[in-house]
Amino acid sequence: MRFVVCIKQVPDAANVRFDPEKGTLIREGVEAMINPFDLNAIEAAVQLKEQLGGEVVCITMGPPQAESALRDALALGVDSAVLLSDRAFAGADTLATTRTLAAGIKKLGGADIVFCGKQAIDGDTAQVGPGLAARLGLNYATCISELEFIKDTNCLKVKRAWEEGYDILEIKLPALVTVLTCINTPRVPSLKGKLKAKKANIPVWGAKDLGLDTSLVGLSGSPTQVVTTCVPKFEAKKEMLEGDVEEKVDTLLNRLKEAGIL
Amino acid sequence: MGKVNYFLTEEQQMIVDLARQIAEEKIVPVRAELDEKEEFPWDIMKDLAQADLFGLYIPEEYGGLGGGCFENCLALEQLAWGCIAVTTTYAASALGGYPILLFGNDEQKSKYLPDIASGKKLAAFGLTEANAGSDAGAIQTTAVEDGDYWVLNGTKQWITNGGEAEIYTIIALTDKHKGPRGASAFIVEKSDPGFSFGKKERKMGLRASATRELIFNDCRIPKDRLLGRRGQGFIIAMKTLDLARPGIGAIGVGLAQAALDEAVKYAKERIQFGQPIMSFQAIQHMLADMATQIEAARALVYSVARTIDAGEKDIAKLAAMAKLFATDMAMKVTTDAVQILGGYGYMKDYPVEKMMRDAKILQIYEGTNQIQRNVIGQALNKEYTIKKK
Ligand SMILES: Cc1cc2nc3c(=O)[nH]c(=O)nc-3n(C[C@H](O)[C@H](O)[C@H](O)COP(=O)(O)OP(=O)(O)OC[C@H]3O[C@@H](n4cnc5c(N)ncnc54)[C@H](O)[C@@H]3O)c2cc1C
Ligand SMILES: Cc1cc2nc3c(=O)[nH]c(=O)nc-3n(C[C@H](O)[C@H](O)[C@H](O)COP(=O)(O)OP(=O)(O)OC[C@H]3O[C@@H](n4cnc5c(N)ncnc54)[C@H](O)[C@@H]3O)c2cc1C
Repeated sequence: MRFVVCIKQVPDAANVRFDPEKGTLIREGVEAMINPFDLNAIEAAVQLKEQLGGEVVCITMGPPQAESALRDALALGVDSAVLLSDRAFAGADTLATTRTLAAGIKKLGGADIVFCGKQAIDGDTAQVGPGLAARLGLNYATCISELEFIKDTNCLKVKRAWEEGYDILEIKLPALVTVLTCINTPRVPSLKGKLKAKKANIPVWGAKDLGLDTSLVGLSGSPTQVVTTCVPKFEAKKEMLEGDVEEKVDTLLNRLKEAGIL
Repeated sequence: MGKVNYFLTEEQQMIVDLARQIAEEKIVPVRAELDEKEEFPWDIMKDLAQADLFGLYIPEEYGGLGGGCFENCLALEQLAWGCIAVTTTYAASALGGYPILLFGNDEQKSKYLPDIASGKKLAAFGLTEANAGSDAGAIQTTAVEDGDYWVLNGTKQWITNGGEAEIYTIIALTDKHKGPRGASAFIVEKSDPGFSFGKKERKMGLRASATRELIFNDCRIPKDRLLGRRGQGFIIAMKTLDLARPGIGAIGVGLAQAALDEAVKYAKERIQFGQPIMSFQAIQHMLADMATQIEAARALVYSVARTIDAGEKDIAKLAAMAKLFATDMAMKVTTDAVQILGGYGYMKDYPVEKMMRDAKILQIYEGTNQIQRNVIGQALNKEYTIKKK
């Protein structure tokens, strides 16, 4: 079986700051890392490979530096990696991103199962997984917290979380899933994996290699235009209530009554 | 910030980074609980196995990474920064593996080293007995030949990983009257008949590490479990300890570094007399001494480990120096860290009280620091006698 994992390199969330003037992220000096959800996607794929055999290929669309995310992935049990990188890909929205990723996966020869994270912690749209599934004509399920391969029916049995509960679904392969962080605990990298990753040859595919029309990728292929961004200001009055629980509850009740809420 | 350049290769730096990552992500979050519950750190052992760290010092042909004493020290230092009870569990597996690596024949190496290297099985080393601590020559456990078997009788005491490990290297008397040539080394497997374990010891520190008695009651093991030659037991034990002692030094360095990190962080935040206690010169001087001693110990441990890897054979004195200096240092630095945190340092809410409790073992096991001084003293005596001639 071939398992393809889509990963995105994101700035380390803990250290990232926003430039309120320019409305952009301050990326300088902030370490890049694999999107946390995608670490779980890698782990899910590697576990399935260990169980069923086959190979795990990691793919990312990003600037040349995104190669380091792929090397990190290779140290986690991924067998090979491809970087989709081209000036023309810059500024992609979710639509253009899925076009590029779909072309990359096709060039790889397709996949039995594609794994994505539920969402990227910077873009946060959670659209790339479903969009990619639609584009590749794959059955899919999002927000997966459990997963099991059913050999007899060639299905993935998955537990899909939603606000009030969960569904148990069976989806026929080839399929795509987007995973939650609770699905597994990502393993620590291995030394042998790191040594292998350091030497690995990671091909870089551009628009030409993928046979993509440059007007359909990157900014020019993106119907979304980010006009402006702003940092929300928290200007509401705030007050810390003092005292023990009883006192705090009394004060809170009084405040709510005063405000006419109760 | 100026950091001493120890000229690590890219691979060595990788080992440091990986061990540190495991310490931060897997060890630090659970160390207090493991300590409190005296719980054996199986989950972390699995992580260390997954990371290939059990095979650092084992040749590639046996599934290891082909590194040496230095690579092992680098990993031990970073893991010890997280918790030395966990690190001792890991290190004791190497202590059990060294005799096989150093004195095993091809068959023994192929049978046991791959499982130790992959972390699939833990190993342990059994020398100490109730009446034989520093005086290892006083051991009473015997091994008697019986046809195609050796039959072991006796009790080993305070064996790290006892009951948890699968592979044990045991020193037992084979010819009592032959003195230093009277003992031999054996490989005993957990499932061997007549082999059982005493209760788990309750300890002041190092509480996540399992320390148990090994009880041999007509324990029959096949002939081919003899390591090296008959009569080589004490030599095997000494060579094993020589190779392992720089690692204990490295554990001291990592532990002391962790204590310093906590102490500086605290000193910058704790306000007394209207200012951070860091601004008091008395505190600064303590921290300065701690940092300086740590760096000196690190430099010594690294140099000794590299000397060993470069092929030096006469290493007893050097290994003893690395163990002695770095572990005395760790005791002092962890004690001072508690002092800097004051009453808070004495409370379980902060990690330094555990560090201080844990540090004490480093001056005791793998040869007390008095015994290290004996080793160094005897070596000096010998060196200067030779020079005079
Ligand atoms: C401030 C700002 C606002 C934006 N607003 C919009 C907007 O309104 N509409 C819009 O369409 N785009 C927008 N974008 C662009 C968008 O964030 C991304 O560039 C992109 O399309 C991926 O979407 P995502 O990050 O939300 O990924 P998600 O859809 O949240 O990611 C889900 C999963 O898809 C996979 N994946 C995502 N990106 C990649 C990749 N590059 N390579 C490989 N796998 C990947 C990963 O598995 C990931 O876990 C905005 C960007 C910025 C900086
Ligand atoms: C937690 C723990 C884990 C251990 N793990 C292992 C293990 O895995 N395998 C194993 O084989 N052993 C193990 N040991 C045993 C350990 O190596 C011994 O405790 C140690 O060698 C000291 O022996 P002793 O405790 O009997 O002290 P003793 O030898 O009784 O010493 C008591 C005191 O006298 C001093 N002393 C003794 N002889 C001399 C001398 N000639 N000159 C000066 N001072 C001297 C000592 O330094 C010490 O201060 C472990 C011990 C502990 C506590």
